Amino acid sequence: MSMPPYYASPEQIMKDRADYARRNIARGRPVIVLGYDGGIAFVAENPSRSLHKISEIYDRIAFAAVGKYNEFENLRVAGVRYADLRGYSYDRGDVTARGLANAYAQTLGAVFTTEPKPLEVEIAVAEVGTAPDRDQIFRLTYDGSVGDEGPFVAMGGQAEQITTGLQESWREGMTLSEALTLAVSLLGRDAGNGAGPRTLGAGQLEVAILDRQRPRRAFRRLAGPLLERLLAPEDPTTDVPPVDDARPGLHDTLTGDETPAPGESQADPDAGSA
Amino acid sequence: MTPTASGSETTGGRLPTAFTTPGSSSFTDFLVRYSPDLLPGRRHEGGTIPELPHATTIVALTFAGGVVMAGDRRATMGHLIAHREMEKVFPADEYSCVGIAGTAGVAVELVRLFQVELEHYEKIEGALLSLDGKANRLATMIRGNLGMALQGLAVVPLFAGYDIDRAAGRIFSYDVTGGRYEERSHHSVGSGSLFAKGTLKRGWREDLDAAGAVRVAVDSLVDAAEEDSATGGPDERRRIYPVVASVTESGYARIPDADLAAVVDDVMAERGTSS
Repeated sequence: MSMPPYYASPEQIMKDRADYARRNIARGRPVIVLGYDGGIAFVAENPSRSLHKISEIYDRIAFAAVGKYNEFENLRVAGVRYADLRGYSYDRGDVTARGLANAYAQTLGAVFTTEPKPLEVEIAVAEVGTAPDRDQIFRLTYDGSVGDEGPFVAMGGQAEQITTGLQESWREGMTLSEALTLAVSLLGRDAGNGAGPRTLGAGQLEVAILDRQRPRRAFRRLAGPLLERLLAPEDPTTDVPPVDDARPGLHDTLTGDETPAPGESQADPDAGSA
Repeated sequence: MTPTASGSETTGGRLPTAFTTPGSSSFTDFLVRYSPDLLPGRRHEGGTIPELPHATTIVALTFAGGVVMAGDRRATMGHLIAHREMEKVFPADEYSCVGIAGTAGVAVELVRLFQVELEHYEKIEGALLSLDGKANRLATMIRGNLGMALQGLAVVPLFAGYDIDRAAGRIFSYDVTGGRYEERSHHSVGSGSLFAKGTLKRGWREDLDAAGAVRVAVDSLVDAAEEDSATGGPDERRRIYPVVASVTESGYARIPDADLAAVVDDVMAERGTSS
């Protein structure tokens, strides 16, 4: 074959790809992942109720992403398949965030070097441990770099500014409401379109937690009155209740709705352990 | 192809294409594409099948507000008791349970896959499958086992759950070809089912409550155990009681052994020494 008409050095190609990915990732709204005394919290500004940036991967593992929705959604599904396959062929306890982060890193790295366009995503994979010092948060970037981050990660938007804010204000043993309040104020300061600081309400936020005290599946979304109470400075609520919402259905979201539990289930002799 | 952490070797650690192929929310479909050797029922190459543990009697009955399922604890291998403490009733997800009769090894594997299947769907779709949807998924999985069933490794589950849309407990039975049949009010499968069914029929009433349904379930298992050698009765000396679970609008709940001990005492006392 003949030479391509223009020569570009490998350095230039990689730099162009990195710039392209970085620029597009920074355009989106940021996501913050941060530890609190009872687990790991995920906070994103996301007006959509159905297109999630934060998701459950496995019992103790969750996923947060910024960037192009179709690309990170594809990676999320791959992660759920990876985790379920591993848990099914070995044991549930053998599914780790580290293994998943490695698989993601290889995938992102391979796409970055071999395909014409890198994935315009940045991902965090977090696993809640038995104690705060066993919690793990990994951050994966578009080129496959993986970092074992400390107790917090910020991605997308003006991520550096948010990280500085977290370095200044995050401390060990924060309650959930303190951690959420900090994250929301930092998200509000992320002046996306050159606007000044904003106050983000519960309706504009996507919030989820990996709750250390829950027995198997630790992931819960937070919404409704419960999220409002957690974010209100004067409200005494500092953590989520240990039981899920009473209404029947999918129990992936804690809303704290005050609907009384139906009478007959209270009278059930066997409802106690439910 | 092995399901290792880094996927197959050819992709250099990158997740293989099957992982990133969009479209399917089914874990079983994913296994078919990526790792069919992990599917139950796809491995037997012929030859004589040795004597294997069999699980025996499962009963299920509805009550106002839910459904109760119970299974004895015995697994048999020919004339031998293979296991005294086997559990044959499993939660499939929060609102359904599955009990198994048939070849124990295949059945347990099938249940494990079914549990992952339902949770997988829930995580990918962010929604629960309908109860009919779950029942149909199980039918498909049993159909996949037909080849082995024809060689004598049959699995016949009983599926029951709480239908959130109808606010009622429902029961589904199956045959080895994956035929799915909805049962009214009560059903039993396994070697002692003939005897259990009689007791269920007599004991079931439309106005049963959860405690009443648990009692009828235990009563029917005791009858099955008395007439069928492959069904184990409550073993009070070892404190081994049947696995009894209820599924209501508050979800799956296993009845604790302490409660069952009281029910068993009651059932035995009522029988006295005459029968």
